[in-house]
Amino acid sequence: MSEQRTIFDKLWSAHEIMLREDGAALLWVDRHYIHEGSFHAFSQMKMRGRSIAEPGLTFAVADHYVPTRGRDHDITNPEIAAMVRNLETNASESRITLFGLRDPRQGIVHVVGPEQGLTLPGLLIVCGDSHTSTHGAFGAYAFGIGASEVAHVLMTQALWQKKPKRMRVNVGGKTIAGVSAKDIALAIIARIGADGAQGHAIEFAGSAIATLSMEGRMTLCNMSIEAGGRCGIVAPDETTFAYLRDRPYAPKGVAFEQAVEAWSGLVSDPSAAFDREFTLDAEAIAPIVTWGMTPDDALPIDSQVPDPERETDPVRAKYLRDALEYMGIAPGKKLTEIVIDRVFIGSCTNARIEDLRAAAVVLAGRVAKVPGLVSPGSSMVKRQAEAEGLDRIFREAGLEWADSGCSMCVGMNGDIVPSGERCASTTNRNFRGRQGPGARTHLMSPAMVAAAAISGHLADVRPLLAGRAP
Amino acid sequence: MEKFIRLTAKACPLPMPNLNTDQILPARYLKWPRSAGLGRVLFYDLRYDADGNARSDFPLNHPVWLGAKILIGGRNFGGGSSREAAVYALYDAGISCVIAPSFGDIFAQNAVKNGLLTAVLPEGDAAELAAAIAVDPDQPVSIDLEQQTISRGNRTYVFAIDPVSRNQLLNGLDDVDLTEQSRNLIIAFKSEYQKRKPWAFPAKA
Repeated sequence: MSEQRTIFDKLWSAHEIMLREDGAALLWVDRHYIHEGSFHAFSQMKMRGRSIAEPGLTFAVADHYVPTRGRDHDITNPEIAAMVRNLETNASESRITLFGLRDPRQGIVHVVGPEQGLTLPGLLIVCGDSHTSTHGAFGAYAFGIGASEVAHVLMTQALWQKKPKRMRVNVGGKTIAGVSAKDIALAIIARIGADGAQGHAIEFAGSAIATLSMEGRMTLCNMSIEAGGRCGIVAPDETTFAYLRDRPYAPKGVAFEQAVEAWSGLVSDPSAAFDREFTLDAEAIAPIVTWGMTPDDALPIDSQVPDPERETDPVRAKYLRDALEYMGIAPGKKLTEIVIDRVFIGSCTNARIEDLRAAAVVLAGRVAKVPGLVSPGSSMVKRQAEAEGLDRIFREAGLEWADSGCSMCVGMNGDIVPSGERCASTTNRNFRGRQGPGARTHLMSPAMVAAAAISGHLADVRPLLAGRAP
Repeated sequence: MEKFIRLTAKACPLPMPNLNTDQILPARYLKWPRSAGLGRVLFYDLRYDADGNARSDFPLNHPVWLGAKILIGGRNFGGGSSREAAVYALYDAGISCVIAPSFGDIFAQNAVKNGLLTAVLPEGDAAELAAAIAVDPDQPVSIDLEQQTISRGNRTYVFAIDPVSRNQLLNGLDDVDLTEQSRNLIIAFKSEYQKRKPWAFPAKA
C-alpha cells in the first residue's frame, strides 16, 4: 500500500523547496496578501536595501484602516490617511496590484482573495494577519505571519516553517435550523479551548462540513485561529470548484478543467494518520454566544454564565471573576437576560453575502431596539446585497449600512464600541478592549446578532425564524 | 539578529491565561513606527486606567519589578492577532524572555525573529516558580538556552522550545541570509513548479 497522507501532508510536501538539519523547511509561497499593517515589513526590506522578489504573486488590499463612511471625501484623520497612503505608495513602488480604497473590488483581504479567484485549492497563502486561516476553506494551506516573515516573503517568495501536527475535526450529521458555521466553530472552540489546536493544522471533515457553502467553510476556517490552530483546511469539492469557476484571477477554460483534476486529489487518504482527532455531532449544536473575554467562553444561548463560587480550580475561578467583572455580568445570569447596547455585522468572519442574507431574513419587517452597524465584507458584497434589497432591510430595521473594511471588529479605523457598552457582534474576538477600550463583545452568528438587535438582549434566533425562509 | 544564550535577571509573574497580543499591544498603537517607543505602551490598557493613571494592581507597575527582563505568563500567552509589534513592545520595554505553559504559534514565531525567548514550562512548574518569586522578588532567575534550564536558588526546571527556534536564537541566525544561500534552489523550484502547476499562478484578470 502506498503511503497514506493527509491533505495537509500533501499541501506541505508540494511546497517544500528544501529541508534544514534542524527540521525547518523552506516553503514556496503561492500568494502573499498584504494590507496597511505591512509597513513594518516594507521598512525592513528597505533597510536591507532589497526589493520584492515576486510582485505578480503579491496582492495588496486596503482594509484595516479604511473608513466605512464618507468615502466621497478625503480621510479626515491624518494618521489613518497616512496608513492608507503608505500602502498605496509601497504597492506602487513594488509594482504590486492594489485593491485600494476606491477600487470597486476593495474589501476585507480574506473576502477579496477568494472573491477574485486569487485563493485556490492547493496553494500556500500567507498574509500578515492571523485570520489568513480563512483561505483554508478552499483546500489551501493558509496561515498568518508576523512582520519579519512578511518581509522575508516579500524578499524571497519563500518562508521557513516547522511542520505543524495534524488534527482532524469530524462534524457529522446535519445542523438544525438557525445553526450556522459560526455556531459549529464556536462549539469546536468551546470543546477544545482557545489554545486547543496550538501547533496543529486542522482539517474539518464530515457531512456537516461537506454540506456547508464556501461562505460557511470560510467562517469555520477563519475561526481556526481562535482555537489556536496554525490553519484550518476543508478538502476541495464540487462546491469549491463551482465557486471558483469564472472568478477573475482563477484559471479559465481548459486550464480550469486541468486544475480541477489536480485539485480533486487534495483529500486525506482513507487511512492517513492524524496526531489528534475528534468528532462532534452537528445535531447537538444549538445557537451559541460568548459571554467572556476569550472565544472559548462560548455557551448555547439557553445557558447561564458561570459562577466563580462554584469553580474549584482557583486560577479558573479568578479568571471567571475578572471576566464577569469586565463584561459587567452577574455570576450565573441567564444569557438571554443580557441586555445589549448595539450590534455589529461585519468582519472577515461573517460579512459575506450569505451572512448578510441570514441576518436580513431575521430583520425583515422588524425594527432593532438598539443601534447597529452593518459593514459588508467587500465592496462587491455590498453591491450584491444592494441588488438583492438587503440594504433596505437593514436600514428599515434602523441599522446603518456602511462601506467595507475591518471596521468595528478591530476598531483601527475609528469604528469602535464606546467604553462600557455591550455589542452583539459577528466578529471573531471577544478579547478585552478588542472593539475599543472598555468595549464588551459577545460573539455570535449573523442571524443571532439580528435576533439580539430586535430583542435588545441576547436571544435565541430559532423562534424568530418561524414562518421565514431559512 | 542578537543571540540569546543565557540570561540572569529579575522575573515578573503575570499569571493570567490568554494574555493575547491585543492586551500586549492594543490595536490603536499599531500605527506607530517602532521608533516611536512601543515599550512605553506595553500592556497599556491593563497597566493604565482610562485617565492614564498607573493601576497599582498591575505587577509591572510595582517598583519591585522595575528592571525585570523576564515575564512568567499564563497559558496561551500571545495568542490571537499576528501583530509582531507586540513582540517589539515587549523587547523594547526590556523583556527578553517570556516563560509560560504555552504560547500562541504566531507570537512564538515572531518572538524568535526578534531575539525574544519563549520558554515553555509546564503549568505546575510555572506556578511554583511564580509563587517563589512572589515571596522573594529580588532573587534573580537564570535561563540557559543551551541546557534548556531555568534556575532560581537551588531549584532548576527544564523548559521546552522547538529545536528550530532554539538553533536560531543560540546562533543569532538571520532567516533572510539563510534563504539567500538557497537562492538557486528557489529559482529551480519555481521553474519546475510552474511547469507542473500552471494553475497555481494568477490568471490575467
